[in-house]
Amino acid sequence: MSAGNRRLDIEEIGDVTVAKFTDKKILDEGNIQIIGTQLFALIEDDGRQKIVLDFSNVEYLSSAALGKLITMDKKVKAAKGKLRLCHVRPDIYEVFAITKLNKLFDMKDNLEAALQGM
Amino acid sequence: MAYIEQFEVWIPNDTAEGHEVQERIVGLLEQHGWPMRDAFGVRLALEEALVNAIKHGNRMDATKQVYISCKFAADEVSVVIEDQGEGFEVVEVPDPTEDDNLDKPGGRGIMLIRSFMTSVEYNDKGNRLSMTKRLVVGA
Repeated sequence: MSAGNRRLDIEEIGDVTVAKFTDKKILDEGNIQIIGTQLFALIEDDGRQKIVLDFSNVEYLSSAALGKLITMDKKVKAAKGKLRLCHVRPDIYEVFAITKLNKLFDMKDNLEAALQGM
Repeated sequence: MAYIEQFEVWIPNDTAEGHEVQERIVGLLEQHGWPMRDAFGVRLALEEALVNAIKHGNRMDATKQVYISCKFAADEVSVVIEDQGEGFEVVEVPDPTEDDNLDKPGGRGIMLIRSFMTSVEYNDKGNRLSMTKRLVVGA
């Protein structure tokens, strides 16, 4: 995979994988497909089970991106893993709240809170 | 209504072309000092509406086009987006927030458009969306 296509910065903290989105806008269809592929590979190819998705950089995200996150959540659950989201800014949190996905996802204010009890 | 700018365009059935128009409209809001939150909502509504028109309306058919018109005033922006597809029954779109639908990957676009815009209307056929965002004074 070329660095130009890398949409996630991956960091290991203990047995937890922290995946930080590199894009400000997760809107473009092609981009969302690539992000989905890279997210799913964490579970399906790498066998990671404890994953925190860090949204610090993300300023915009569309419903197509939400769809990928929902599929990711299902894959993590099927693998009996844990998925948490952190650093979701208020505008984006509102998108989760409107669609009630804040009930589906375990969302924490920051990385420290997300890592606790993982 | 005194419009500062208005335009209409036909674009090829391509999301990259849709993004250019999206940038043009959101750029107007930013230039005229619209609050970040309102510009965020309009951008998201435009994204969802254009993806719906290109993907679901025109079904990715490269021979089809999307019509977009925009009227911008200091405290209001109105956008019409029309595709060349068969249309759909707006009332038949399931509520994505119901428990049974919560973990389904699709079906949230129209809900987000309705949440972030002040008024949203579809024509009877379901291939033309008219939406307006009005700034609330003092908000």
